[in-house]
Amino acid sequence: MAGLEDLYREIILDHYRSPRNRGELQVPPAHRVEGFNPLCGDEVVVYLEVNDGTITEVRIGGQGCSISQSSASMMSATVKGRPVEEARKLIRSFKAMMSIHEHSLGGEEGAETTEGGSETETISPEDLGELAALQGVVKFPVRIKCATLSWNALAQGLDEIAAGVSSAG
Amino acid sequence: MTSTVETRPLEVATLRREFPLLQQQSHGKRLVYLDSASSAQRPRAVLEAMDDYYETTHANVHRGVYAIAEEATRRFELARRTTGLFIKAPRPETEIVFAKNATEALNLVAHSYGRHLLPAGKAILLTELEHHANIVPWLMLAAERGVELRYLPVGEDYRLDLSDLDRLMDGVGLVGISCMSNVLGTINDLGPIVEAAHAAGAVVVADGSQLVPHRRVDVTALGVDFLAFTGHKMVGPTGIGVLWGREDLLERMPPFLGGGEMIRDVRLDGFIPNDLPWKFEAGTPPIAEAVGLHAAIEFLEGVGMERIAAHEIELTSRAIELLTEHHGADLRIFGPTNDLSARGGVLSLGFRDIHAHDLAQVLDAEGVCIRAGHHCAKPLMRRLGVAATARASLYLYNGEDDIEALSHALDVAAAFFA
Repeated sequence: MAGLEDLYREIILDHYRSPRNRGELQVPPAHRVEGFNPLCGDEVVVYLEVNDGTITEVRIGGQGCSISQSSASMMSATVKGRPVEEARKLIRSFKAMMSIHEHSLGGEEGAETTEGGSETETISPEDLGELAALQGVVKFPVRIKCATLSWNALAQGLDEIAAGVSSAG
Repeated sequence: MTSTVETRPLEVATLRREFPLLQQQSHGKRLVYLDSASSAQRPRAVLEAMDDYYETTHANVHRGVYAIAEEATRRFELARRTTGLFIKAPRPETEIVFAKNATEALNLVAHSYGRHLLPAGKAILLTELEHHANIVPWLMLAAERGVELRYLPVGEDYRLDLSDLDRLMDGVGLVGISCMSNVLGTINDLGPIVEAAHAAGAVVVADGSQLVPHRRVDVTALGVDFLAFTGHKMVGPTGIGVLWGREDLLERMPPFLGGGEMIRDVRLDGFIPNDLPWKFEAGTPPIAEAVGLHAAIEFLEGVGMERIAAHEIELTSRAIELLTEHHGADLRIFGPTNDLSARGGVLSLGFRDIHAHDLAQVLDAEGVCIRAGHHCAKPLMRRLGVAATARASLYLYNGEDDIEALSHALDVAAAFFA
């Protein structure tokens, strides 16, 4: 059975205690997206600024548990300064890592696609840097939604920016 | 049963042996179950009654003329009668409707009474401490019919603030109110609300999910017009809920779901609904679940509802004392800490700045099962200014050892997130 140390890795607690990129951005020019976890009531607010196809600024607001907050903090630190397409690849990779399906099937490197097309290409967990610390969350299925909350908000924000939708709320 | 038996304190250790699930370990520790407000555990007697029904008696009810079908019907209708007598329903044979849970029972009232008998232009009065099950069906009705919804506020003392009751009740046709908050533990004093509602010509729909398992409830004394509750929170099975309603109101209400069982006659161009209570029970009902609920009620009555209430009041008092003493300012209790007879054994906690989810995770590693989250009461959580609380809830099988285990687990969490 998975132990607490599988879930609460030191780097996760560090991001929880000292969250990166915490705050707000002026909307507009920034884009604002909210994410809700209906299970626990956690909410995350992601502010994004995208210029010339690059995420130039990210800020995180809202409240939640250590997993949702540290995941949001790590997400912000990872995607800030990255081209949107790289960020999308990171989102796919992170969500693949969080996919309970492949882990419960026990498939090795199950997330790796054989297609190799840019739409489905992912980065393996070993190459995700400190984000890999969140891998242990998969052993606690109820908490997966906490970890993916900010990533889903980021994905929604990037989609809305691409589609020219203005921020809600 | 003599009064000396009724007042004898519960022997928790003996009682606990009746609950097979509570005998196991979790993460190598004694399983400490403190989530009965979400769903209780069930005694062997309930499991055996359901097994016996399936092994010896099962057939569909109200249909077959053969012996086991007659016996299945007898047990099912006996369960209805027992359930009615448990809440002192004046007419247990006609006023008890079985549903799949309390949520469905409340939806039945919203659909049938709300859509057809709530006078046009009348508002609905709810409270800020309702479970989503007693808010969302009314929000759906409001969206469909443009009915105005109002809310009785929760005061600083975690009890309903009735100072504006008269103004809020003006023009109200239906009041939806919980007997006891599943977050705060507050037991609402329904008396003045029922009186004001009836004076305004409104009916009162009470959500008894949290109170019926823990206190003696008498629907006539309570004065409400409808009462919904659920089997699995009162040591019964999942899959069965109960709606009690005043017979004259149920008579006037149109059916909720359509299908078999709920009809007297069907033609190609219409149907005649069945008599009460079957008019509201479309399709094959939860028969084994009703048998299980019957056994659960007999179990609770065997222990004694008065003794259960006394035990829980005493244990809640000890829990508040022990936790407050040991954890001091680290611990916040969202709920009344005075007048414990008007409060159930539900303790919503805030501990340091540790998120409820994280707290529950560490507690789980210590074998302690609590609920973390918004407890299906998001409007109340907003009122309290928190996203989530950690909730420990007590029942007849909990003892002081469970409170000590909770307190110890809180220490472990404090050290973990230090």
